[in-house]
Amino acid sequence: MDSAIANPQAEHDTAEHEHVVLPQHRHHFATQEQQREAGSFGMWLFLLTEIMFFGGLFFAYLLYRNWYYDAFVTASNQLSVPLGAANTAILITSGFFMALAVWAAEVRKKALLVVFLIFTIVFGLAFLGIKADEYHEKWEKHHIPGASFDASEFINPAAFGLQEKPLAPDAAQKTQMFFFLYFAMTGMHALHMVIGIGLLFWLLARAQRGDFSAGYVAPIENFGLYWHFVDIVWIFLFPLLYLINRHPLAH
Amino acid sequence: MSAPNPTILNLPDQRTATMPHRNFINAEHGLLSWLLTGDHKRIAILYLISITFFFFIGGAFAGLIRLELLTPQPDLVSSDTYNKLFTMHGIIMVFLFLVPSVPATLGNFFIPMMIGARDLAFPKINLLSWYLYMAAGIMMLTAMAQGGVDTGWTFTTPLSTHYLNTHVITTACAVFIAGFSSIFTGLNFIVTIHRMRCPGMTWFRLPLFVWAHYAASILMVLGTPVLAITLVLVGLERIFGIGVFDPTKGGDPLLFQHLFWFYSHPAVYIMILPGMAVISEVVSTFARKRVFGYTAVAFSSVAIALFGFFVWEHHMFIMGISNYSALIFSLLTMLVAVPSAIKIFNWCFTLQQGSITFETPMLYAFGFMGLFTIGGLTGVFLGSLGMDIQLTETYFIVAHFHFVMVGGMLMAFLSGVHFWWPKMTGRMYPESLSKLAAVVTFIGFILTFMPQFVLGYLGMPRRYHAYPPEFQVLNVLSTAGATILGIGYLLPMLYLAWSLKYGAIAGNNPWQATGLEWQTQSPPLTENFIEIPIMDHEAYDYDWLEHKTADEVTHVG
Amino acid sequence: MGISPVLWQFLVKWLNASALFPREASTIAPYMDSLYFFLLAITFVGIFLVTTLLVTFSIRYRKAVHPVATQIEGSTLLEATWTIIPLGLFLICFVWGALLYFRIYTPPANAMNIYIVGKQWMWKAEHPGGQHEINALHVPTGQPIQLTMISQDVFHSFSIPEFRIKREVIPGRYSTVWFEATTPGSYHLFCTQYCGTNHSAMIGTITALSPADYKKWTEQSTSGMSLAQNGERIFASMGCNACHSGNAAARGPNLAGVFGSTLRLTNGSDVLVNEAYLRDAILNPSQHVTSGYTPIMPTYQGQISEDGLIDLVEYLKNLNSNDRVQQTLTISQSGQSAPPASGVVKP
Repeated sequence: MDSAIANPQAEHDTAEHEHVVLPQHRHHFATQEQQREAGSFGMWLFLLTEIMFFGGLFFAYLLYRNWYYDAFVTASNQLSVPLGAANTAILITSGFFMALAVWAAEVRKKALLVVFLIFTIVFGLAFLGIKADEYHEKWEKHHIPGASFDASEFINPAAFGLQEKPLAPDAAQKTQMFFFLYFAMTGMHALHMVIGIGLLFWLLARAQRGDFSAGYVAPIENFGLYWHFVDIVWIFLFPLLYLINRHPLAH
Repeated sequence: MSAPNPTILNLPDQRTATMPHRNFINAEHGLLSWLLTGDHKRIAILYLISITFFFFIGGAFAGLIRLELLTPQPDLVSSDTYNKLFTMHGIIMVFLFLVPSVPATLGNFFIPMMIGARDLAFPKINLLSWYLYMAAGIMMLTAMAQGGVDTGWTFTTPLSTHYLNTHVITTACAVFIAGFSSIFTGLNFIVTIHRMRCPGMTWFRLPLFVWAHYAASILMVLGTPVLAITLVLVGLERIFGIGVFDPTKGGDPLLFQHLFWFYSHPAVYIMILPGMAVISEVVSTFARKRVFGYTAVAFSSVAIALFGFFVWEHHMFIMGISNYSALIFSLLTMLVAVPSAIKIFNWCFTLQQGSITFETPMLYAFGFMGLFTIGGLTGVFLGSLGMDIQLTETYFIVAHFHFVMVGGMLMAFLSGVHFWWPKMTGRMYPESLSKLAAVVTFIGFILTFMPQFVLGYLGMPRRYHAYPPEFQVLNVLSTAGATILGIGYLLPMLYLAWSLKYGAIAGNNPWQATGLEWQTQSPPLTENFIEIPIMDHEAYDYDWLEHKTADEVTHVG
Repeated sequence: MGISPVLWQFLVKWLNASALFPREASTIAPYMDSLYFFLLAITFVGIFLVTTLLVTFSIRYRKAVHPVATQIEGSTLLEATWTIIPLGLFLICFVWGALLYFRIYTPPANAMNIYIVGKQWMWKAEHPGGQHEINALHVPTGQPIQLTMISQDVFHSFSIPEFRIKREVIPGRYSTVWFEATTPGSYHLFCTQYCGTNHSAMIGTITALSPADYKKWTEQSTSGMSLAQNGERIFASMGCNACHSGNAAARGPNLAGVFGSTLRLTNGSDVLVNEAYLRDAILNPSQHVTSGYTPIMPTYQGQISEDGLIDLVEYLKNLNSNDRVQQTLTISQSGQSAPPASGVVKP
């Protein structure tokens, strides 16, 4: 993504020479460059806080996975790897389009920028759609933690046509912990995506207006950082949640 | 400056000083110009007013607590009410007063000026921080009005998740929002300090005020999100009962303790580092001498921030943690105490060979140094594993943290407010009255909290509504002290407000301090500087100050 | 402790008389107090040092007598001094404190065990002989006592300031602390972890009695059934003896003498069977399957109270032969309900 910024480097040198001031220049900054760097730094710091935020959930997950490994494996096998893998591919594609959007802004191609932003949104929505489908499936199978949780599928998997090791009742209750963490982590991730898509619509409107095709690219770049971060969180979530011990060793 | 004057208010500059025609206060008029401002100085003033408001609410609760504790029997309020009083006192004081106090008021106002910038990096986010703070405060007041919350400020599970029917979720939301206010302030400071220093302002020419705020900001940015997710988990547990902290469902209540204290220990350093920031400035100015061991003090701030992340388990020593982890955390706790000691000694030695005057900010700074030493050393008691067994969960802990937070942080805050009051408002406060308030506060504080150390070793538990009669004398002493302390805090409210209209005009630099903020008019211009300064001297360079050109433009009109 | 016992006694008695210092009523108390005095000494030295520096510098270098300041950058020697000396002192506190901590939380082998169950808002003490106390605890002097404690609901904390002991009482797992009382008398018991409305009412009295008086007390206050006997009843009524009958072909392992032994589990790990293990095995059996057996034991989570679990643990601790098991088997067989079939979910 950095290569997208490399090109305008030459532009920058001349820009500083001519003291080009963009209309979005904030007056407490001495130069446009300072403003851009500050904005980017600020976004990186914000992403650092997000890492700490998700970190709490990841820590809880690591702890309970360690304590209740068998229950977590069995519960994890309930998640659909094809759907998860598809979602991963979709989200990476969405990130790819976001990167293209940043490039388009840099080279001041407004039409391409708009198109790439639209694709980013579309793939983001596709991700959320598949997620909603997965959540719905959990709802139907009574795997949402809480009063209506039903662990019978884990105690007697053969009766449900599953090739799984049956769990003792007390271990089966621990699958609830897995599902809670599944919903908490993917839910928090989905919330961040929803916020991101909302911001994307706003950026799309502004891009359409031409705000980002005249050299002022900071919002697109910084949002790009955020979007890629959301992507990376998913890339950690997918193997941790979906791929535990997919090929269990024979006992 | 070299004339043998008893006070420095009779400088020629001060005697003929006038209020500048144009400054950040009168630059724009109307309520909206304040509520929608991007000016870091106006936002600082907004914060100053709001945190003072919440301070007095939290203080009122403290007064009620001390009133109840005059007698051993639970006779003033019901137990549930008492539990709500100490909970709300703690939550308001920690999240709505101590955490934002110096950073959001003095830090917001002066960091840009100290580094020679026109504003913070993100003025709109700065304003957002204040609105988040106000939203949090209003939400907390709502929770109180609806009946309050009685979890203790520590939200211990499973009590807070399964055994209380008070407004836990509302309060947890309020704290969550306040946390984001804090995160954005810290984020703003870090970017500003990195990117917006004026030409010539290298890291080691920064005032130590900036260094300490930088360290505190790192803590704010990295630690607060963990509190946020912890509160989310508490809320989810409370609403859906999923069992992440519930042992009957396979969860672990100790997990909550780890997650909560992972933030809440660095939080205490978030609270104290900005206070130490103020002390560096005040001691240097009133000793007319550069801070002794600048590099040591700067690095101590960062060391405190770094080590502060690795000591959280010392709040859990008796909770059945593994012996090996107890050893590690006790050792690290001893390590984190050392940088604070280094700072105290450096400030003491700043006085040596100086030329000392005893204006009110300096009195508060002396109070800080003495009381923080006691508070910090009692922390060593608690970090020592075996000693902690006797002292934890008793009034010793209460005394310890009030010594560092009230005797330390609050004194530093008052020191800073008095020190920079002339710069922020253009007015001087009445010196003899302020000195009286400082002394009254100091005496009241000692009387309030010293007896609590004794109570702690005797075994009186904290958060107790009733207590055995043999503890009454010490409690009465403590309440007497609290009354005096209350007067000491009320006085500044009164005379500072009075000074806005009737105080002597301050002029640019009544204290003859070296910081960049003192080389401009009081109150400053909205844009801080007519021209961005170029920093060509070291921090605390009193020789440079002496040789400054007399006709340098420092104020308009 | 390094100072003369006479001086120590005098110091402590004088402090006691002033009502500013708690009595020393256990063997560990002098150790705790000596660390406390050391820490106080360091604090006084620190305060004295800082105050002296502040006062002398303020007087010597006040503006009236020292109008011109000399700018000094610093001194690496001084920095090193006031880094290393405090660090050294703090490390001494660390080592001393750690030693004391291990002393308090490592019970001697001959400690007599008493169970404590904390709940909102009272303490229940259960002596092995079956004596039950509420908000009170009678103990003999001169005998190490280990408290095995658990909470029925929220976090509490069991504190006897005059014995200098305290330990958190947590739901879901046992915590232990030990002490040896030295002087007969009555001492405060406090709950020190905020636990809700009546937290400050969750207090009681520890009564230390001479061994003879303690013996008299136990004889007078027994309820007839010891904890182990109660446990035996529960063992039968919950159907445990159906699988844990002690027969070689039984579905569950033989429990006679299992307490204190090292067990190999199906996952290959070895565990020491103590109170905590037994309690957890009853509540989460699938994680504690003895090697050679299948995970068919149902969980009793929610079906047995903490008191019941303590009774069962005491029963198993004292179970040395299978005779008792066989007797309970025959006594209760007729009135016993069938054990739950495996696979049935208990919500």
